[in-house]
This record gives sequence, C-alpha cells and structure tokens, in this order.
Amino acid sequence: MEDVLTTQGWTLVCELDDIVPDTGVCALVDDEQVAVFRVGERALYALDNFDPNAGAAVLSRGLIGSIGDRVVVASPIYKQHFDLRTGQCLEVPEHSVRAWQIRLEGGHVLIGHPL
Amino acid sequence: MAVKLLVIGHGMVGHKLLQELVERQVQGLDITVLGEENWPAYDRVHLSDFFSGKSADDLSLVTPGFFDRPGLQLRLAARAVHIDRQQKRVTTADGEVIGYDKLVLATGSRPFVPPIDGHQRAACLTYRTIDDLLAMREWGAGSRIGVVVGGGLLGLECAKALRDMGLETHVVEFAPRLMAVQVDDIGGQMLRRKIEELGVTVHTGKSTLDIVDGEATRHRMRFADGSQLETDMIVFSAGIRPRDELARACELGVGERGGIHVDNYCRTRDWDVYAIGECAYWGGKTFGLVAPGYDMARVVAAHLCALLERRQAPELPEFAGADMSTKLKLMGIDVASLGDAHATTPGARSYQFSDERRQVYKKLVVSGDGKRLLGGVLVGDASEYGTLLQMMLNGIELPDEPEFLILPSADGKARPMLGADALPAAAQICSCNNVSKAQLCDAVAAGAASIGALKSATKAGTACGGCVPLVTQIMRAEMKRQGLAVNNHVCEHFAYSRQELYHLVRVERIRHFDELLRRHGSGLGCDICKPVAASILASCWNEFVLQKEHASLQDSNDYFLANIQKDGTYSVVPRMAGGEVTPDGLIAVGRIAKQYGLYTKITGGQRVDMFGARLEQLPSIWEQLIAAGFESGHAYGKALRTAKSCVGSTWCRYGVQDSVGLAIALENRYKGLRAPHKLKLGVSGCTRECAEAQGKDVGVIATERGWNLYVCGNGGMKPRHAELLAGDLDTPTLTRYVDRFLMFYIRTADRLQRTSVWRDNLEGGLEYLQQVVVQDKLGLAAELEADMQRVVDSYECEWKKAVTDPQTRKRFQHFVNSAEGDSNVVFVHDRGQIRPATPEEKPARRIPARVTTE
Ligand SMILES: Cc1cc2nc3c(=O)[nH]c(=O)nc-3n(C[C@H](O)[C@H](O)[C@H](O)COP(=O)(O)OP(=O)(O)OC[C@H]3O[C@@H](n4cnc5c(N)ncnc54)[C@H](O)[C@@H]3O)c2cc1C
Repeated sequence: MEDVLTTQGWTLVCELDDIVPDTGVCALVDDEQVAVFRVGERALYALDNFDPNAGAAVLSRGLIGSIGDRVVVASPIYKQHFDLRTGQCLEVPEHSVRAWQIRLEGGHVLIGHPL
Repeated sequence: MAVKLLVIGHGMVGHKLLQELVERQVQGLDITVLGEENWPAYDRVHLSDFFSGKSADDLSLVTPGFFDRPGLQLRLAARAVHIDRQQKRVTTADGEVIGYDKLVLATGSRPFVPPIDGHQRAACLTYRTIDDLLAMREWGAGSRIGVVVGGGLLGLECAKALRDMGLETHVVEFAPRLMAVQVDDIGGQMLRRKIEELGVTVHTGKSTLDIVDGEATRHRMRFADGSQLETDMIVFSAGIRPRDELARACELGVGERGGIHVDNYCRTRDWDVYAIGECAYWGGKTFGLVAPGYDMARVVAAHLCALLERRQAPELPEFAGADMSTKLKLMGIDVASLGDAHATTPGARSYQFSDERRQVYKKLVVSGDGKRLLGGVLVGDASEYGTLLQMMLNGIELPDEPEFLILPSADGKARPMLGADALPAAAQICSCNNVSKAQLCDAVAAGAASIGALKSATKAGTACGGCVPLVTQIMRAEMKRQGLAVNNHVCEHFAYSRQELYHLVRVERIRHFDELLRRHGSGLGCDICKPVAASILASCWNEFVLQKEHASLQDSNDYFLANIQKDGTYSVVPRMAGGEVTPDGLIAVGRIAKQYGLYTKITGGQRVDMFGARLEQLPSIWEQLIAAGFESGHAYGKALRTAKSCVGSTWCRYGVQDSVGLAIALENRYKGLRAPHKLKLGVSGCTRECAEAQGKDVGVIATERGWNLYVCGNGGMKPRHAELLAGDLDTPTLTRYVDRFLMFYIRTADRLQRTSVWRDNLEGGLEYLQQVVVQDKLGLAAELEADMQRVVDSYECEWKKAVTDPQTRKRFQHFVNSAEGDSNVVFVHDRGQIRPATPEEKPARRIPARVTTE
C-alpha cells in the first residue's frame, strides 16, 4: 500500500471491489472530481465528473454502454454520451470532457493526470 | 375588396371546406359561417362515443385556435331562415341580415320522422346531434324500456346506445329485414339473430299506426297488424332527408326525393351558390356518408381558389360520384356492404358462404365473365373488407375461383390476401380523407414509422378508422421495401421490440441482463436497453432492483431510488396512498425536511416532494421517513406513481362511493409495479370527477351501482381523455380488470410508451382492448391476473431494503474516497426556501450546504 501511494503522480482512490461492475463512482483527486468507471470485471476508465451540458457533477452516476465500438457513459441529466476512452461528447463535441489516466494494481484503483 | 363567402351549416362537411380553404391559404376571402347547433363542428360519425365518455370537446373537429385567424368568423346558434338571391343576402332567425358574394349550403340532413299520430309526444326523440344525445340521456335515465324506430345502420347503432344505458331495447323496422339498404335477406337474418342474442328484440315488417298513452309505461305504440308495444321512450331513426328547405324557398332546383341539384363543381343553378354534403343532389342521388361530402368540400375549395386567383384551371377537380361501400361495427358485429350488394348489374353472378355456428355470412357479386368484383356483403366477419374494396375499386382481376376470397381456408392459415404490393400507387386507401397509397408510402419514407405517426402525418384512418388495418399493412410493406426493416428494435444491441424481449425473458425464464445480452444481444448494452431490461425483469420477477446483478441497469433515478435534479441533487417522495396523510405523518415530513434543509412542494399526485437532498443524505432521510411509517413513493421509477382521489362519500355531500378507500387500495395493490412508462391512477367518488380520473392511465369514477373504469387517459404534453372500458363494476371485478389491463399494457407496450400512445397504436382500438380485458378473447385473463398477483405478493419497500443493506448503503456517497459533499451544489434562498443557484449566482452567494453525518 505504502509504495503504491508514493508512486509519483498517482492517487489511490479505492479498491476494485468498491465499484459494482458496469457502474461508476466519483473520486476526489487533488480537489478535482473524477468519475471512475468499471466496465465488466477489470476494465477501468476515468473522466471529469462534471457534465458541461448540465453544469452538474454527475457523470459517475450515468449508465454505461456501447455505441458501435465505443464504450460510453450517458449523462443522467440530459443523456448525452461521453466516450469513456477520450471524454468526447458524441452529441455536443464542444462539451467534451477530459479523460484521466487510470490503472489497476493488485486490486487498487489508481488515478493519474488528465490525458 | 375581399370576396364575402357565407357558409350555412357548420357540420362535418362545412368544416372540411373551411379546413381546405385555410390549408390553401387563399387570400382575399372573408368567410362567415352560420351554424344552427350550439357546438362547433364535431365528429358526427363517432357521435355514439359520447355515450362511452367522450365529451363534446373530444368529438370536436375544430383544432384550438382555428377560428382565431382574421377573415374567418363562426356564429353558433345562428340559423339561416331566408336566402335572397337577387340581393345576395341571407337572414338569420335573429333577424340579422348578412350579404354574400358566394354562398355555400352545407346544411346536411334531418332525421326522417314518420308523420304518425303521437310522434310529437314527450320522450319521442331523434338521433343526429349532440343535443339529441343529451335528450336521450336525460329521458333514458328515467326509462325502463326504449324503442328505436328504424332498423338501418343508424337505428342499430342507436339501439346499442339504449341497451348500454341499461334499457330493455326494441327495434321496430318497417321492411322485412334489418339494414335493408346494405345487406340481402340472408345477411339480414344473420344480423337479426346476432343482435337478438345481445338482448335487443327485433320486430320487422311492422308499420306503426300511432302512439298513445301506455298502461305501465309512458307510451304505447300500435301497429297495423293489430299488435302493440309498451315503451317509455322512442327514438326515430327511419332514414334521413336532405335539409333543402332554404333552397326550395329560393327556387334552386331540388331532387324529387329532396336534395339540392348541383353540377360537377357542386354549383347550383345559381352559380354563386354551391351545395355540399348530405344536402346536395348529384347524378340522381344524395350521399349519406361523410367521404363523398369531403370530396365535395375539396372540389368547392379548389373552385373558389381558382375563381379568386382568376386562374384558368383546366385540371380543376370535379365531383364524380362516390362509392357507397361501408363497413361498420354494430353492437360489436362486423357488417360491411360493397358496391352492388344486391347483384342488380345485368349478368352478375354471386357466391355465398354462410356458417350458422359462427354466425358469419359472406357474399360476393362478380361480373358475368367472372373477372371483376362488383360488390358484396359481409356479416359477422368483415376482415376481407379492405382487400375486397380495393379489388373492386381498382378493377383488379379476380383469381379463377373467386369464392376462395371469402371461404375459410381448410388448414386454418390465413388466406392469401391481396398484398399491399398489388395495389396501384393511386389507390385510395382512406376514403374519408382521400389518402392514396402513394401518399402513405411517401409519409413512411419521410419517417413515419408507426401507425400513430402515419395517422398524424397523413390523416389516414382518423375519421371512420375502417382502413387502419390496410394502412398498417401498407406501412409494414413499405418499410420493408425501403429497407427500413420494420424496426421497432429497442436499440442497436437487441434486434427485438420491447414486447419481444418481454416474451423472451418470460419464456426462457431469464433473470439477469447479462444472460439476456449473451443469448439475444450484442455489445455492452446502453442507456436505452438496460433500463428496458431492468423494467421487464422487475415486471416479471420483481427482484430487488439494487441487487448486484440489476444495479448497473438502473437509470440514475432507480439506482439511487430518488429523482435526480438539474444540479445533481435528488428529490424524495414518500408514498401517501390516495393522497391521505395523518397529521403526525405531515409533521414528520416537515420535521425531516427542516432538518435537512429541503425545499418542499405538493405534487400533482397529491403528495409532498422534498428537493435538494444530497446523495449522501438519502439513506438517513429515508431511515427517518421509514421510522415515521412511510414507504418509497416510487416517484423515481417508470412505475406506478399515485392514485389521486377526491374525498368521496365519507365526507362529501355528493359522493356516492368511498373513492379514497378505493384509491388507497389500488395504490397499495400496484405500488412498486414497474412498467414501460410511469402509471397514474385516479378515483372520483361521483360524476363531478374532482380527481380528474379521466386524465389518468387508469381512472375510476363512482356510479350509484359501482364503478366505471376508464383507461388510457393522459394529462401532460398531449392530453387525452380516458375511455370507458367497462361500467358499473363491483370492486373485485374492477380490480381484476385493472390487473389484466395493466399487465397487458406492460407486456405489449413499447419502451417509454404511455398507455395513451399505446392505445392509439393498438390495432383494433378500444374494442379490442375490451375483448382482451373484459371478454377475455385471447384467453389470457387468468395468466395476466396471476402475473399481477405475483408482483403484488413480492412487493417490498425498496428503501427499507436499501437502508438495511450495508452493501447498498455504501453507494450513497458522493466520493468513493472522501466523506465530503459535492462542492458544485450551491443553494440560494427564495420565498423562504432553498433553490439551486444559477451559474451567475454560484460564486457570489454561497450557502454552504448542510452536511449531516449519521
Ligand atoms: C349517429 C351517426 C352515425 C354515422 N356514422 C357514419 C359512418 O359510420 N360513416 C359515414 O360515412 N357517415 C356516417 N354518418 C353520416 C355522417 O355523419 C354525415 O354524412 C355527415 O355528417 C354529413 O356532413 P354534413 O356537413 O353534410 O351534415 P351535418 O354534419 O349534419 O352538418 C350540417 C350542419 O348544418 C346545420 N344547419 C342545417 N341547416 C342550417 C341552417 N339553416 N342554418 C344554420 N345551420 C344549419 C345543422 O345543424 C348541422 O350542424 C353518421 C351519422 C350519424 C348521425
């Protein structure tokens, strides 16, 4: 645990088991809100939690799904879709959000910097 | 100078003319319409729906705002009494004089009342207008027996209305058979037998001599054969006569049996005067149906336009007669008559089929060479009507053995019918609104992909509705042809409709989304199919929606069992069944709202909504609500919301039943029920309808004898009055019908389809729904009831489960790694309560949200 925490620039936010498969949670990383998504058993993604369409910090509470090859989350407020890999908002590209570095290490979920 | 157009008569055809003129945006017309009735034009064809709960407003043909445009004036209760053709002016009964440049007579017909002694007695009525129906209703309430004079189409419809009012009903017909005009002898006999089975007594070959005082009843009718009949009320429906009295008086030519002579442009012998609709006489006859009248209205609109624009228009439409084929449902019995039903064409041959057990009679009349269909009669089953009509109208060559068109097929499979493809593009599919196959196809190409959308795009099927099955068939064929693959698929992940998915889940006993996706879907699913699956799974198995396997399917609202608001906070609604709440309950709600600083508002569903709850506050708020005796109100779900009620007979001076008690019972029975969309109930304790039950998915209105059940109403974006499904029910029967109705809807509706839209798209309409729910035609009733009982028995308050389950409870945190709240949520005060700050207010006036730790 110790060495994980000290890994430069990465923040341990939770355990993989803290996230129900195919849902998201929100993590506080240096005063910023980051939405963390678990897709299936082990795939992880992170985006800004703030949805610019709604002006509310809610993306972690959206439904996860796929559109063609893209893995997306739908905002719970007005249902726009955000690409989990890039943060691109499919319906309103100017309202895209940042994607964050994320990795899984021995059951720990770590967030890095915005991509 | 504007041309002054005066229209006399604001009935179906008169209004059609106005619509046509408005649609053409003709300039320079100043239109005045005189209507004798107290109501603007309404749908006379569906007049009898008035008895099943439709109001004059529902039947109105006038869209809101129609008469707000300049140059268009409607005067109601204004009867024209005189036309002065020399001075070109018309006098009304009030003595007002109105000049015109062009005059259109659209005065319709009046019911023919045989001039027998006593026909003017009280409770001797006719059946043509809303006022007539009001009178029927009034007299009917104090009557035990009712007689309809006339066994034609309208007479039988009227008899049904009397029977529905609970009267002992008789039909008296002068001719030796019913519906003498439309059907032949054998068809008439079959019809008679069916109608008598429904409890209406038919007397044919009776000529009434006079009406005198009865012994135990108001009247006694005496007949030429010496027999007599006692009755309390009489409705005359012995045919119609064109209202040509104004035309006669000003010497416009009239036909020998009445009707104003017109030419192909519907002009009378005075070219400044037109006549259209039932009052017009063309080619030696008058037309007692709405479709030919609509044709005339179009002809006159085009003619007036051309005159105004001083256009040479060689291609002006002309009235060319009309096919008088009709299909209708009389007391639930299909009856249709096509073309030359009596085989009067020289050389005509006929084929007949009758099945006494099923009480079906069918007859085809074909040309001497056997190649063309000339006419036919269908009684008891008119499913071939659309096909036969098209074959006849389009002169499509008949197969070698035309009898197979009406014979039941031996193997029980549907007979090869004339496919939609066989029809020429120009074929008129909807004769009421003159919609061709080509227009339907164009609308499909432009995106109309459901029967509801197609109806609103083309108006096809919106008048008499007889063409709806054919319209549906054409829509399906056209979608397939355009590669649109009749796509009611839920989304890209499932090539199935919601109804099909529901079926798969049930039959294969699928309990989890993963399994459904693996077996029948592709990809990961999405925000469309996941909630659909969650709802279906809940309707079928009713497992806890936040159970691990179901959690990821839920929309944010269902996931957190609360309604997300624009700023990411939630609103909390405890159930107050029927709108009933104790003072202690109210105090508890108030105390909790105060403790958490929530905004409170009364909802339209008679309960209290508390806004501004943060995610992390939800469990402790609910713990307190549960302690105070409340349960989840399911305001967050596509589920049963509320049963609104008026105070009912317990307190109200007018109430006739305990509406609050029933509302509470219904709400508690169906609470937690997941559906394709939200469901609202209403229960009123008397006909004053204070609970607005007719605007609800299921509405119940108390009667002296029990409950009337209305279904498929809606407020909201597209208001729709609910329709009477069944009347005077006792409470157990009512509950069974509601069980069946709701489950049938849940099984068959599309995603996010309210009952109102579902009903509009239901082939077969209200009647079909009655067959399924009341008469159990599909044999499904027991299964639907059992399904509902299972859901009722497995009900658990989701919030009670959520707060007691540590795993679930853990989710109610804004941050997975901190106990802090969302700093983006900021409230300001307004009218003594909080509200979300606007973006401009956010940095300036921050009120730190109170964070209550447990
Ligand atoms: C119960 C019932 C069921 C029917 N079912 C069908 C059906 O299934 N299919 C079908 O095709 N047809 C049906 N019809 C017939 C259809 O309603 C008529 O063909 C249609 O209404 C004719 O329209 P119209 O405008 O010519 O006459 P109307 O609709 O009768 O309108 C004429 C109007 O002119 C008014 N008027 C008359 N004289 C004056 C005056 N001097 N001054 C001012 N106003 C005047 C009348 O009060 C009336 O409001 C049915 C009719 C009834 C009554």
